[in-house]
Amino acid sequence: MARKLPPKDVVIVGLGWTGAILAHELTEAGLDVVAIERGPWRDTATDFNIGYAPDELRYSVRRDLFLQPAQETLTMRNTSSQTALPMRDFGSFLPGTGVGGAGTHWNGHTWRFFPSDFNLKSHLTERYGAARIANLTIEDWGLSYDELESSYDRFEYLAGISGKAGNIQGKLQDGGNPFEGVRQREYPLPAMQMSYAPTLFAEGARSIGFHPFPTPSANLSKAYVNPLGIAMGQCTACGFCERFGCANYSKASAHTTILPVLMRKPNFEARCSSEVLHVNLDATRKMAKSVTYVDASGEEWEQPADLVLLCAYGLHNARLMMLSGIGKVYDPSTGEGTVGRNYCYQTNAGVQLFFDDKNFNPFIASGALGQTVDDFNGDAFDHGSVDFVGGAGINCIPTNGRPIGYRPVPPGTPRWGSAWKKATAENYLSVLGFSSQGSSYATRGNYLDLDPTYTDRFGRPLMRMTFDFPDNDIRMSHWVSDRMEEIGKALKPRQMVSSRRQKSWNSVPYQSTHNTGGAIMGTDPKKSAVNRYLQSWDVPNVFVIGASAFPQNAGKNPTGTVGALAFWAADAIRDKYLRNPGALVSA
Amino acid sequence: MSTDSAFTATRRHFLTSAAAISLVTVSTHVRAQSISGVLPWQPFAAEPPTPIGPQGWVFFTPAEAAAVEAIVDRLIPTDDLSIGGKEAGCAVFIDRQLAGSYGSSSRLYMKGPFLPGLPTQGYQGKETPAARYREGLAAIDAYLRKTMNGRSFVHLNADEQDQFLKAMEAGKVDLGGGINATRLFDLILGNTMEGFFADPIYGGNRDMVSWKMIGFPGARYDYRDRISKHNQRYPLGPVSIAGGRPEWSR
Amino acid sequence: MRLSFAFAAATALIASFGANAAENQFDQLERGRYMAVLGDCAGCHTLPGGAPFAGGVALQTPFGKLVAPNITPDPETGIGNWSAEDFRRMMKTGIGHNGIRLYPAMPYPAYSRMSDGDIGDLWVYLNALQPVKNAVVANQLPFPFNIRLSLIGWNWLNFTPADFTPNPQKSAEWNRGAYIVEGPGHCGVCHSPKTWSGADKTNVALAGEVLQGWMAPKITSAPRDGLGQWSLDDITGYLKTGTNRFDIASGPMAEVVSNSTSKMTDADLRAVAVYLKDLPGETQTRSAIAADSAAMRTGAAIYADNCSACHGGNGEGTPKLFPRLAGNALTQQADATSLIRVVLAGSQAGATHAAPTAPAMPSLAWRLNDAQVADVLTYVRNTWGNAATAVPAEDVAKLRRQLQSGN
Repeated sequence: MARKLPPKDVVIVGLGWTGAILAHELTEAGLDVVAIERGPWRDTATDFNIGYAPDELRYSVRRDLFLQPAQETLTMRNTSSQTALPMRDFGSFLPGTGVGGAGTHWNGHTWRFFPSDFNLKSHLTERYGAARIANLTIEDWGLSYDELESSYDRFEYLAGISGKAGNIQGKLQDGGNPFEGVRQREYPLPAMQMSYAPTLFAEGARSIGFHPFPTPSANLSKAYVNPLGIAMGQCTACGFCERFGCANYSKASAHTTILPVLMRKPNFEARCSSEVLHVNLDATRKMAKSVTYVDASGEEWEQPADLVLLCAYGLHNARLMMLSGIGKVYDPSTGEGTVGRNYCYQTNAGVQLFFDDKNFNPFIASGALGQTVDDFNGDAFDHGSVDFVGGAGINCIPTNGRPIGYRPVPPGTPRWGSAWKKATAENYLSVLGFSSQGSSYATRGNYLDLDPTYTDRFGRPLMRMTFDFPDNDIRMSHWVSDRMEEIGKALKPRQMVSSRRQKSWNSVPYQSTHNTGGAIMGTDPKKSAVNRYLQSWDVPNVFVIGASAFPQNAGKNPTGTVGALAFWAADAIRDKYLRNPGALVSA
Repeated sequence: MSTDSAFTATRRHFLTSAAAISLVTVSTHVRAQSISGVLPWQPFAAEPPTPIGPQGWVFFTPAEAAAVEAIVDRLIPTDDLSIGGKEAGCAVFIDRQLAGSYGSSSRLYMKGPFLPGLPTQGYQGKETPAARYREGLAAIDAYLRKTMNGRSFVHLNADEQDQFLKAMEAGKVDLGGGINATRLFDLILGNTMEGFFADPIYGGNRDMVSWKMIGFPGARYDYRDRISKHNQRYPLGPVSIAGGRPEWSR
Repeated sequence: MRLSFAFAAATALIASFGANAAENQFDQLERGRYMAVLGDCAGCHTLPGGAPFAGGVALQTPFGKLVAPNITPDPETGIGNWSAEDFRRMMKTGIGHNGIRLYPAMPYPAYSRMSDGDIGDLWVYLNALQPVKNAVVANQLPFPFNIRLSLIGWNWLNFTPADFTPNPQKSAEWNRGAYIVEGPGHCGVCHSPKTWSGADKTNVALAGEVLQGWMAPKITSAPRDGLGQWSLDDITGYLKTGTNRFDIASGPMAEVVSNSTSKMTDADLRAVAVYLKDLPGETQTRSAIAADSAAMRTGAAIYADNCSACHGGNGEGTPKLFPRLAGNALTQQADATSLIRVVLAGSQAGATHAAPTAPAMPSLAWRLNDAQVADVLTYVRNTWGNAATAVPAEDVAKLRRQLQSGN
């Protein structure tokens, strides 16, 4: 039986990017906040010690900083006619754990979604007609880009994002992304110094009329002091970014941007190695009264609070809602229910160019040091003559040049023996790769629910993921692969190898940790789990913050938008909810 | 006589080691790491990997070790580019990995039921890597003794060894006992490559041989002065987590 | 929270003194609160997270363990039954209530320079605190050091009670700085070289000293290893925020900044800076060790592979984050103890409201052997214009043993 603790104003589940932002904003408002984090406390100097941080085996291959499947995994299948089986090891995506969350070991691509991404359904209906999206269940967010702009700005300045604006107050900027939404001011830091591969990629793309620009990066181009007074260093391009903690305070994360200030506040407490089992509702099922969690010793505790914020990874937010009875679980056969609906992913493909006379030094890299072409992303181009909607950013961001994982050889090369070795030694330094990161649009058959068979170590059902790439997205990806091959040809490689996206989604090879949806925001309580303020329609003192709220995924990394949504939700709680607790939007 | 300088030093040590970490332990008996009012830090706190010692085989029996050494030496043969997998320590690497959490799948989801899955659902067997090596090496040995006149893998000549490994890779060998030869081959090949390219602190990649071969500078952390030196080879040799660059010693 | 406690207690005290004294009482209380800041009383007498001034943690001295006592006005366990004169005499002479001699871990040799008025203000403030019942056994020394009579001998050797004497040749600001540094601020307790018995060597005041595995650096105006390169603003900025263009306070000084100097007035900080900048420092010239020596070449390689990612290829550092090594007095102290310590054990910088980052140097004891630590520090101490003595590997070995055995 759980032992009851003294109540807090706010309990936050998960202390990653969103938990830290919400905790900081709400402690500033004077609230007494506790964050319950199932992973350990982590400290830069101790856990990302510069002497052993660059360890590919430990952090990238054995994934020392990640959520381990023994603690929680999911079951997966491609269609609802199959039997879902557990992902016994994570592969296609790698959720984080611990203080800082996945923001500890992310790459740092920090995007704003296009304005048209936010009212996607009405925008595409208006531009191409309803028939074009008939097989998709895409939705509007209930929130416009313009409303979110200042929150994007706050996240970018918190994190010290390095980039080049493309559109400041309606005026296009040379060298920036001409397709982006209007921003009020420039990035806090200039774009990073470019290494060779992205420089060459940009030349090739520009030569055929595309518009490359520096990828907005949370790896800092210069030393920076953020608005909280926290100092960060210049990224040293060490190449140990994605899957690694940053040893020299040069990658934005909760550690490097918020925790030094947050942790010292007397009205904040972090409880680590403590896993929340469920949110407890009162008898009306309309009010959350507490969360139950298990500490490291296995003892159960009940933490009462006036406000419950789910700030876990998006997938885990959705599962906690299902396990707690917050909202109704989605049923694809009827189309009813909201929690688990509109699970989306990312539709990626790649190109490798083999050269004889070039040296790219692939180990000189940062998580987000590169160039992007956004000409074919979202609805930046006219889809009138194509048979799909959506698009992809084309990114040349040569990170992860570490040799256990990265040893490009031409197709047909043996996997071992002297011939393999010769090809490996010849090509390691001289391959240029780039990839498309495509939108993922919701369909009725892609969703999350609870697995009927498999359980976690506490006996709770695992979440079940039913997903395959929609035909629309496959057509989109192939069309963008055609564009990538045009860039590749312009660079005149010895050999070009194009890896096109194919069905079915395979959970084994790593693809992307951009799992979105499951607790989507929107205007209709029958189709969305949370309202435009990330507040549960069903239990108004629960807010659910993360990529779980995306109604569908854009062709961009989610963290910039997740960070903006965290500020947006914090403002709503502080300025609206605290003055008048209850539903902020009437259902 | 001492002063309050020493006093504050002692105080800081206390602050980070006891008070900060377990405030709640004192106040409300929560047995978990509760942190409030402080950014924790402790002197000497570090969790570096333990360097591989020379204690001999930990997981493998001598016969298994001989077989694995012979296999890794065909997967990564000695040639003019590098020493072979055996001399590079790949078998030692695999031995230590199998003796640790990797070998026992302690981090993986290992609850049943274990059902055959689709290719998109990944490995669904209940055998751990340690068990797969133990059973797989025994099955290889039995298979070869039966088909190669009582000879084990180590007794085959290099061509015969390569032919057998190719047959395994292609799934043309029936090892019996429900063992999928291709998957076993993939497991061994993957671990061999891990050992060859991982930091030498784990037992393989002796003298950073693979890194020197391909031009990877290892556990370095600062390339700022090389980012804009496009299309130029990086001039310095590799560094291991354990140090290991000759220039570090007089 | 603490503030409101103090105010509530103060109100009660004022009531007991009578209404006519209220205005003076308030002023005196505020002055006393500030004296506690100047004297960094909390640094020793407040346990982290504990009740203010209710007793500190154990101080390990070479002679044994001392604990800073409870100085709240609790009659049984604090100073509640002391008189104002008891307190004044203790601050001036080290002889406390009932004639008990204090150990000079309590810096009364410095406090003896404080004016009676300042001591009186501090007394009023301490009496306004919330009384806390917390019995502290201050003297946990082994025989013979537990015999306080031995202190008579110490005092005879080392201590003559003396009021602060202003220097009429100097400005009022200079004299204010001198008063703070020599009196309540008790800077020399850490920063002045010590005699065999632990007393300050007065003829080389503030020339730096090693204490408990930290080097408290020279803070005279010596050009290379003192504050010669620091402007007045560098000094005040460091004391106010814990950081300036050279350094970030770490170790014991981080605590001093956090408890004391960051709360001092800008005028007092400037006075301290003016005084320190006027202290004559040795101008002994030293040339750097040759870059092609074995230690320097090895050190350069170790530096490039371990240090440059934070401290920069040219030792330039990053403001508020990574201390500058080039041209930094701290790296060129006669004694390298602090440098060895931070490389071995790591170190977390202090945090202030103005500079909240508190970055930490990682521990590299597991990675670098004694010779490697010595060589990389010799390199740092003799590159980019720096010049200082080589660091012997034996010094690293000794400190490693000392720190890892917990002393």
